[in-house]
Amino acid sequence: MVELESDSATAGPPRPWRSAARARAGAVRGAAGAVRARLRLVTAVTALGALVLAALSVPALSAAPGTVDYQAIRLPPSPAHPFGTDTSGRDLFVRSLAGLRVSLLVAAVSTVVSTVLGTAVGALSGASGGWVDRLLMRVVDAVNAVPHLLLGIVIVALYRGTVLAVVLSIGLTHWATVARVVRSEVLGLRDRPYVDAAVSAGAGRWWVLRNHLLPAIVPQAALSAVLLVPHAVFHETALSFLGLGLPPHLASIGNILSDGREGVLLGAWWIVAFPAGLLVATTLSVSGIAAAWRDRTIPTRRSELTL
Amino acid sequence: MLSARGVVAGYARGRAVLDGVDVTVPRGAVRGLAGPSGCGKSTLARVLALLQRPWSGTVELDGREIRGARYSVPRESRTSVGIVFQQPRPAVDPRMTLREIVSEPLRVRGARQPRARVDELAETTGLDAELLGRMPHEVSDGQLQRACLARAMAPRPRYLICDEMTGMLDASTTAALVRVVTGRVAEEGTGVLAISHDESLLRAWAGDDVIRW
Repeated sequence: MVELESDSATAGPPRPWRSAARARAGAVRGAAGAVRARLRLVTAVTALGALVLAALSVPALSAAPGTVDYQAIRLPPSPAHPFGTDTSGRDLFVRSLAGLRVSLLVAAVSTVVSTVLGTAVGALSGASGGWVDRLLMRVVDAVNAVPHLLLGIVIVALYRGTVLAVVLSIGLTHWATVARVVRSEVLGLRDRPYVDAAVSAGAGRWWVLRNHLLPAIVPQAALSAVLLVPHAVFHETALSFLGLGLPPHLASIGNILSDGREGVLLGAWWIVAFPAGLLVATTLSVSGIAAAWRDRTIPTRRSELTL
Repeated sequence: MLSARGVVAGYARGRAVLDGVDVTVPRGAVRGLAGPSGCGKSTLARVLALLQRPWSGTVELDGREIRGARYSVPRESRTSVGIVFQQPRPAVDPRMTLREIVSEPLRVRGARQPRARVDELAETTGLDAELLGRMPHEVSDGQLQRACLARAMAPRPRYLICDEMTGMLDASTTAALVRVVTGRVAEEGTGVLAISHDESLLRAWAGDDVIRW
């Protein structure tokens, strides 16, 4: 009787969803799934490569993206203007790619700033505990308590109209979320028996952090980084829309989209659709690569997926 | 001699799991500790392995009183007491190969590629050398526990605490691991505290030297 009870306690209640999840995981790990995963990764890498290459080369090889031509305003897509032209007659193909370059740069740098800062604070906080943890978490609360856009505006207002200001305003407002995620991961990991074993083997805090904690939180940190990329572009848009972000003559996806809204009302859908499409394609390929990376760091798949 | 005197210990905001416990583990012998589940055997193991600080009472290692636990204990003291847990799977980092797991105590001390020593440990514990390149999820519980024992023995600890080490294993693996540990006792004079709920196993292992709780 006692045995029966302890058996049911370890087995737990029936979990019908588990079999479905298992089956899905099994399918992904099967040969066909591996091919599909690889295909997805190759597609994402190719797409991102093509986008970055285009963003770097097209604006450089074409006429200046800011060339205004009032004879050619709001032209629909045509062989001469694959993405059409905007309300000032600028070619949107060139301008969108130039904008993608600026937006990607801003997003990438501010994401790196956020992720590095957030991971460092979160890992330190979770690994040390005690007053260090309490102090850092109050700082995180303070940063989170102020709306991101408001804090961003304050930072941008100090260094108005420069790219660095936008990078800092996004980077310095979004690390707190990353820090929270990383801290809770570290808290869940630091009392694991394998950390006990490492401590017993003579490992110090730094060794445990570097060899056991950080490798385990990399997928989480990478994922929050990827989620930040589109977010950073949106903040860049919002700041530019308020007139505080990037200077209006500088093409960025944010500037183009805010310029394009009036065009949409006049039927010029292409002014918004193509730049937004570029943004979506970029985001999807970045997150596709991140998903593949995450799958690879999941221990049970490390030996199956080799890049 | 590794000893606990009047140790009171427990977990945050709970009732004390250990209430004034005295245990000594002499060098070169196996001391058994038997008791039912939940009586605090594992807590005592953690306290003796210097992983948990007792609320009161003292832990003495070769005549020196140990203050604190975990990182605040000097590395030499920590590596003097090895520990093997009941469940091998949570006791290994799932991102490391078995070779990385077994070599960790050596790498902590600055050894770069302790290949020979790891191969030797694998052979001693009966761990198939070709498994060393595998990930934990690719080997059985028994093989993984052999790796855990190899890791615990890697820094040549003077004391070894086996906390239900064979609880998850079949009879032949149990016998093999017990032989490995008793071999250490004979060759290196290791002092062993064998903890189990299975008193007959302890009698086979530690003879009459079994403490019953």
